[in-house]
Amino acid sequence: MTSRPRQALRLVAVAAVAATTLVACSSGGKPSSNSNTNANNNGTGAGDNSGYTIAMITHETPGDTFWDRIRAGAQQAAKDEGVKLKYSNDPDAAKQAVLIQNAVDSKVDGIATTLVTPDALAGAVRAAENANIPVVGFNSGIDFWKKLGALAYFGSDETLAGTTAGQRLASEGVKHPLCVIQQSGSVALEARCAGVKSAISGTQNIQVNGANDAAVVSTLQAKLAQDKSIDAIVTLGAPQAVDSLKAMSATNTHPRLVTFDLNEQVAQDIQNKKVEFSIDQQPYVQGFMAVTSLYLYIKNGNDIGGGKPVLTGPSFVDSKNINRILPFVKNNTR
Amino acid sequence: MSQTLQPTTPPASTGPAQDSNRVKLGWSNRLLARPDVGALVAAVVILIFFLIVAPAFRSADSFATVLYQASTYGIVAVGVGMLMIGGEFDLSAGVAVFSAGLLNSMFCYNLGINLWIGAALALVFALGIGFLNGYLVMRTGIPSFLITLGTFFVLQGANLGITKLVTGSVSSQDISQMDGYKSLGSIFAGSWKIGGVTIWGTVIWWLGFVAISAYILTRTRIGNWIYAVGGNAASARAVGVPVTKVKIGLFMTVSFLGWFDGMHYLYRFNTLQANNGVGDEFIFIIAAVVGGTLLTGGFGNAIGVAIGAFIFGMTSLCIVYAGWDPNWFKAFLGVMLLLAVGVNLYIKNLSTKRKVG
Repeated sequence: MTSRPRQALRLVAVAAVAATTLVACSSGGKPSSNSNTNANNNGTGAGDNSGYTIAMITHETPGDTFWDRIRAGAQQAAKDEGVKLKYSNDPDAAKQAVLIQNAVDSKVDGIATTLVTPDALAGAVRAAENANIPVVGFNSGIDFWKKLGALAYFGSDETLAGTTAGQRLASEGVKHPLCVIQQSGSVALEARCAGVKSAISGTQNIQVNGANDAAVVSTLQAKLAQDKSIDAIVTLGAPQAVDSLKAMSATNTHPRLVTFDLNEQVAQDIQNKKVEFSIDQQPYVQGFMAVTSLYLYIKNGNDIGGGKPVLTGPSFVDSKNINRILPFVKNNTR
Repeated sequence: MSQTLQPTTPPASTGPAQDSNRVKLGWSNRLLARPDVGALVAAVVILIFFLIVAPAFRSADSFATVLYQASTYGIVAVGVGMLMIGGEFDLSAGVAVFSAGLLNSMFCYNLGINLWIGAALALVFALGIGFLNGYLVMRTGIPSFLITLGTFFVLQGANLGITKLVTGSVSSQDISQMDGYKSLGSIFAGSWKIGGVTIWGTVIWWLGFVAISAYILTRTRIGNWIYAVGGNAASARAVGVPVTKVKIGLFMTVSFLGWFDGMHYLYRFNTLQANNGVGDEFIFIIAAVVGGTLLTGGFGNAIGVAIGAFIFGMTSLCIVYAGWDPNWFKAFLGVMLLLAVGVNLYIKNLSTKRKVG
């Protein structure tokens, strides 16, 4: 009897080892299957095996479609340029700094990092520069990348994006938009709403729990019932736009709906004119260009942007261009 | 423990008392000794408060929305409350909800199988998780807090990893065009218009589950067992209570209700995001604790847990109805919950003090 549980334990241990190796295999296998679909485009172009190792470090919270696209772009660039890409992420600033330091210690050829919390990351970025490893910033940190000594920056100006969205809504006569923040304390999300507010002074913010769609719907339902003057909803993530549609039909209200970022459902809703437009910051381009700029710098001494940030957004997606963009959204590249 | 004794204790008669120290409690004290009364008073206080400060809350529609919000948490909280009375925790409950939904969705979508089969498979899977949680806790003697923390992380990672592998993205595919969607949708995510007010099926299900839980806890032998294993597992075992079976059963109850909640999310939203559900496990525990359940086990009841879920749903939405500054949302929520627990404690103290004096 006593040997039974031990045997079972041993089995569990074996299964656990098998599972980890499986996971390890599949995480390596996934990009190759992903790039199969694109093989026709670059089957001839690829083949340059530069042998560079580039580390990409982000503040991704696992499970966000947005970061998926950044990675897809980075992986495609790495494949095209024969670069070995090491991706790591941690939403915690101190841990992200450690990840950068790890990359420096392992003597990579280049580092691409998001600069969401500049003060916490400054030390690690400086360590990279002291070790003569080129650093580029992307996605966040538009006001800080230069100060930190990064070569280039690829990303969207969140305030500008918010302002542009606000101006477009204002030109349509919107007076009281509701800006939906799905994650509290995020500088980028607050900047978007501040941008909207700078264009339309009647803007209100609301916090929702982005980790539970039912709670998002109920909260928006409550807000729409509380304030009848709301004539537009601005969501800062694609899933919340879909939730907003549910809340609007439940309360039988018809504010305009616009959103930041894209997913397949939102792209479909733009086509069906339920969502007016999306402000896209083109995460795929951010990932692709961050890797590519490092590649060009190491290989050819190029620098990109002329000392200015390279803006990947705001790019508007609406009923006029959705037919062209929809297939790319389905392909997880836009 | 007073809970278990109540049904068996005959109402003290006027005849000669055998124990000289037995005190006959007046109806008011007996009422106050119930774990749900404090929560009820807190709920009424908060309800009145928000009716005063939030004009938008004063409508049947708003009340129905609050009930819906409460039901999505309350369904799983019914099981979590029973589990906590039984002296254990389940931190994997929030994420397991979405594991069940994701399994159903991706299994059926990618293999082209009727959704009913996927729903059944997801149920088996969910019960399996519950069994595993319970089995590991009982077999190893490691606190359930740690075991289910492990399952929580495993499921959180697996939800994300498997979804990414299967769909190439981090959300499941849209299942609204598949066989069985309509019938399952009407069961798990139905709603009716009654007098212009939308009532969600989940509210009815929730109340049903609460009633069943209340019946089991107070009127059946299994209910007595649950209080016994939560109060003192060793002495419960000594008097012949099947402790292992009861606790594994409780974990499986949580899983069953989690599966139910997962089905609701799936058939209401058609797609699920793989990272959802993280943090919900605490809301279930909060609902149980605000409802008068002891963190150490052995004390609590079903109605209290339901009221706890209602308080959470009401507070989280009424802050919006009141139109307060959203930056302070969590702070308001915390104050309200402290208020609820404070009123709860005050009422309980009131009842015990009188008993002594």
